[in-house]
Amino acid sequence: MQLTAHHLTKRYGEHLALNGACFDTPADVRSVVLLGPSGSGKSTLLRVLGSLLLPESGGLSIDGNPLSTDEAAALQQRRGNGFVFQGFNLFPHLTALENVALPLRVVHGCSDDEARQRAIEVLERFGMGPHREKRPAEMSGGQQQRVALARAIASKPKLLLLDEPTSALDPMMTQEVLDLIRELAEAGQQIVLSTHEISFAKKVADWVVFLDHGKVIESSPAKEFFEHPRSDLAQQFLEALTRYR
Amino acid sequence: MSSQAVNPSHQALREIAWGFVLAIALSLITWALFATVRYQWRWDALWDYRFLIAHGWMMTMLISAGALVLSIALGLALMMGQRSPWIPVRLFSRGYVEIVRGTPLLVQLLIGYYIIANALHINQAVLVGIVLLASFEGAYLSEIFRGALESIGASQIEAARAVGFDRAQMYRYVIFPQALRRALPGTAGQMGALIKDSSLLSVISIEEVTQAVKMTNAQAYIALEGFIPLAVLYLALTLPLSWWARRLEARFKFDT
Repeated sequence: MQLTAHHLTKRYGEHLALNGACFDTPADVRSVVLLGPSGSGKSTLLRVLGSLLLPESGGLSIDGNPLSTDEAAALQQRRGNGFVFQGFNLFPHLTALENVALPLRVVHGCSDDEARQRAIEVLERFGMGPHREKRPAEMSGGQQQRVALARAIASKPKLLLLDEPTSALDPMMTQEVLDLIRELAEAGQQIVLSTHEISFAKKVADWVVFLDHGKVIESSPAKEFFEHPRSDLAQQFLEALTRYR
Repeated sequence: MSSQAVNPSHQALREIAWGFVLAIALSLITWALFATVRYQWRWDALWDYRFLIAHGWMMTMLISAGALVLSIALGLALMMGQRSPWIPVRLFSRGYVEIVRGTPLLVQLLIGYYIIANALHINQAVLVGIVLLASFEGAYLSEIFRGALESIGASQIEAARAVGFDRAQMYRYVIFPQALRRALPGTAGQMGALIKDSSLLSVISIEEVTQAVKMTNAQAYIALEGFIPLAVLYLALTLPLSWWARRLEARFKFDT
């Protein structure tokens, strides 16, 4: 997927979360990983890419189609994406099955049976079949994130966006969830992911966008970024992440 | 010991036994208190006025039921008004809630009936009573609803947008169902308050149950006899309400 961003800015009050971020990726890239310290603007960039946030200025296009900043168009754009959050963000009053099936029914126009069939299929694929009648509070963090992943991909989104999907999980659960994401990537799902799991990033990323203080410091092919980071900041960052691993 | 404590049938038995003990203790205390008052109780006088009291009780139920439905609608409208992007609507709703909650119901009833309803040439006291009572309770309900709605976190709203819900779908499928559960205990309490507040409607000459009891006391030359059955008649309405609210709460229960 070809992502082109130029001079994106987004502020929260006084804080500039994105400060003129620019990058572009070639068309043959399938998975883009956003790296950078906490507060560097990864989550904000991911939300702008997913039309969850509208930038104050600058432009963004995906495969040559500029993203609209009009709310009605943004809704249509969101409907073509899947989003996974750090804190899972499942709907606590609904079962795992309903969390997945409800958007299929009311957003994507599936019949009750179709939505249920599709939800069961995806939950089973992620090993959540036996837990489908449970509510989020009855599941572990890893299970919740697998349901969240199921909810995000059930509508067969063009683009799957994941915001630090394993930051709230212990190492075992992290591995379970990362395995699923890797499977999705290898099956051809287009992915944009922010993470601190550097060894995972090395395995799945085709392209890396490295941010700091709301600016893109480096945007390069993954292999090149991990082997020869150009900026001092990226070198320090990679060293800090790999020192104890 | 601990294994007994978690056994549900043991737990139920203990509750029943304790309930029995407390009821006996309370009856003894009540009897002792009443015995100290030098008053000639004339319960038989009450019996002659049973139809008057029953009629008043029906009136209380009718007014409460009407005001209950109306106050929920008004509470929702005021809650939405307070969140409206349109300034006059927001200001009006906030002002309404503050003024109504900040003044006595008694004053509102007197002004509402003798001045406002009079000026509008509306003289059906029952109808005016229902509207005034609903407008009072609606102000409280709007704050309960607003609190419940605003307690739904930003992450839920973001998740709702992320799965592609539009605004209406977000409210219908994500916010309202969760807010409903949180609003239930407060709403049930307010409903109980509404039933008891209806006793003030006697000031605009509505013969609801409190007024009926006062009339009984006056006509039968008794002072206090009517008030004990009166308390029981109110409990007969408020206890089922709170039992029903607890059942609803249990039905909507989920941990967050």
